[in-house]
Amino acid sequence: MAMQAKEIEALIKEALPDASVEITDLAGDGNHYAAEVIDESFRGKNRVQQQRIVYAALKGKMDGSHGELHALALTTKIPDV
Amino acid sequence: MSDTKSLIDQTIKSNDVVLYMKGTKSMPQCGFSSKVAGVLNYMEVDYQDVNVLADENIRQGIKDFSDWPTIPQLYVKGEFVGGCDIIIEMTLSGELDTMFDDTGIKYDKDAADKIRESNA
Repeated sequence: MAMQAKEIEALIKEALPDASVEITDLAGDGNHYAAEVIDESFRGKNRVQQQRIVYAALKGKMDGSHGELHALALTTKIPDV
Repeated sequence: MSDTKSLIDQTIKSNDVVLYMKGTKSMPQCGFSSKVAGVLNYMEVDYQDVNVLADENIRQGIKDFSDWPTIPQLYVKGEFVGGCDIIIEMTLSGELDTMFDDTGIKYDKDAADKIRESNA
């Protein structure tokens, strides 16, 4: 039940249209990804709040053993002014 | 409050540091859980590990409780701190030290510095 990097990026962009999103396939198996998301809307929020926004964008893809996405190492950042 | 919810609530309130993880602190069963347990073990933090693989109710319950979809999850003084990526970032930036200092949790500062040195 692998997911393509492009699908992950598209889901995040849908929720955060102006975000800079970079997805790296860590293991080459379509199942272990790293995502770096940079978005202005993260400003003033702590890391937990920032990552909740990204998880919400992924709409349950991360959920449990039946989730399509087993592992996503997530880094959220605020853009440099 | 459901039984699971009140059990979680009780666990995070009666232990200063709790790590919900896959496996145990001495035998983690997932790379992400292993990373966080490894940091806490190395820093000699006294923490309670909860193996979510041992209880399906807790496994789903903790995700609902914290509104966070992944395991591991670290709680300090009853507050959700974050998952693997956040804890590793905080370890490397020194924010984890600050949080332990502020909340009066004992840890080995030299060990924390060593982690930062080797990841610099």
